[in-house]
Amino acid sequence: MRDVAVVGATMLKFGRYPDKDVVTLASEAAIGALKDATCSIKDVEIVVSGNLYQSNAMIGQRIMKEIGATGVPVVNVANACATGSTAFREAWMAVASGAYDVAMAIGSEQMGKMGLLGADGASREYSTEGVMGTGLMPGVFGQAGVEHMRKYGTTQEQFAKVAVKNHKHSVNNPYAQYQIETPLEDVLNARPIAWPNTLYMCCPTGDGAAAAVLMSAEKAKQFTQKPIWVAASVLTSDPYTPRNPTMFDINTVTRIAAKEAYEKAGIGPEDLSQVELHDCFATAELLHYENLQLCGEGEAGRMIDEGATYVGGKIPVNASGGLLSKGHPLGATGVANIVEIVWHLRGEAGARQVEGSKVGLAHVIGLGSACTINILKK
Amino acid sequence: MTQEAATAAEKKPNPIVPFMKLPEKYPDEPAYLWGVVCKSCNAKYLGARTACGNCGSTGPFEKTRFGDEGEIYSFAVVHQTVPGLEAPYVAAIVDLDDGVSVRANVYGLDISKPGPEWFGKRVKMFTEKVRVDREGNDIIAAKFKVTDGK
Repeated sequence: MRDVAVVGATMLKFGRYPDKDVVTLASEAAIGALKDATCSIKDVEIVVSGNLYQSNAMIGQRIMKEIGATGVPVVNVANACATGSTAFREAWMAVASGAYDVAMAIGSEQMGKMGLLGADGASREYSTEGVMGTGLMPGVFGQAGVEHMRKYGTTQEQFAKVAVKNHKHSVNNPYAQYQIETPLEDVLNARPIAWPNTLYMCCPTGDGAAAAVLMSAEKAKQFTQKPIWVAASVLTSDPYTPRNPTMFDINTVTRIAAKEAYEKAGIGPEDLSQVELHDCFATAELLHYENLQLCGEGEAGRMIDEGATYVGGKIPVNASGGLLSKGHPLGATGVANIVEIVWHLRGEAGARQVEGSKVGLAHVIGLGSACTINILKK
Repeated sequence: MTQEAATAAEKKPNPIVPFMKLPEKYPDEPAYLWGVVCKSCNAKYLGARTACGNCGSTGPFEKTRFGDEGEIYSFAVVHQTVPGLEAPYVAAIVDLDDGVSVRANVYGLDISKPGPEWFGKRVKMFTEKVRVDREGNDIIAAKFKVTDGK
């Protein structure tokens, strides 16, 4: 595989855009990334579009009709919440393999007012929801957190501290859907959604788009003095474990991805300057501290207690405010996590800048399950 | 067929999931969960399999009837749910004594006080009509109740 650089990266502020359609949002992000890369759509040799709800409707081609239909290959990708990061990885593979020199990954989603659950009513007669357990995400990630409680004595308060941290970080991120601090008491007293997760411990749905332009090393030299290198780009699916899929196993799929990513990047977790991980729910973040080897088994609760994952701490996690604050427009999320890391590595992250960031890890998980880990470095 | 058109003779209770069996004489004979065991690696599954998700073997699989008792492995208390459902409810992962796990609503717990004391609670399956389908058939779900100390 060849070295691949991220040369252009941008995202729109996540939120609600009732006056724009999803193609417009995606096009704005794509044009932003092209401008950032100082190249044009005519330089792009392949486009990978990540969008969960529109991938069956040729959204990638619709974007190209908006920004420049050059006739290049367009691939539409869907991989649950890992849709955008899977699109990024496909773009990376296109360049790393030597098949193309310039690729663009676009992640987009418009969820509108689908509501917190992103789910419709119990319209299917044979739906098991609420009569044989739950498949809704707040409950599923609640169960995953409760399993951690069972194993290690983790408390609801420790999970709530994740929300406190990420919402505090978000105050410095103008791209976040919500930029509101939530003290611990407010988090614990907020409306329960699926115990142990309260409202402020759940990511909001919304609209958004993000895009990245990737180039071979030789091509990148023509366009930038500050390439950000993809040290590892890994995608896994969930291997067999006895309770899965009755209880989705979000841990194993991340662990095997982390192991492979560290090996491919030739680094260890101790070499990371920062992490953007998939905190779709506050419970998930603590599990991923261990899954990503940021701490030892059973130490995640202590890690948040000690504040080690705040910006300024030992290993800043979700300096962006995370999905909890930034929002989670499914197809856009994975690309946006990478954009955030790119901005920090370039020193362009404004008030939330992780000082001297050299190596960053972006982790995304999609249930059912997929995990992507992208390690980027200066 | 509309609900009105279905005659009593044509109606029959249907399990909500394919891995639940309602005997001919249900409810006089109790419903049960069933599945298969991979003869190559001993992995156990709810319902039928095309091949083994663990070892990839295409068989043989041994069909098995699972017992109706087990314990709570993990859970969440769902407060916000889809329209048309009552909440809150305890959405648990129940480990059956026979070695498979099942998603289940669990009853008999103080829902206002979730906590570690719920881990390992002994539970027993019961069945309940939860809805009627468009052909007028009763839809039957498997639920669990806590049996600790009883």
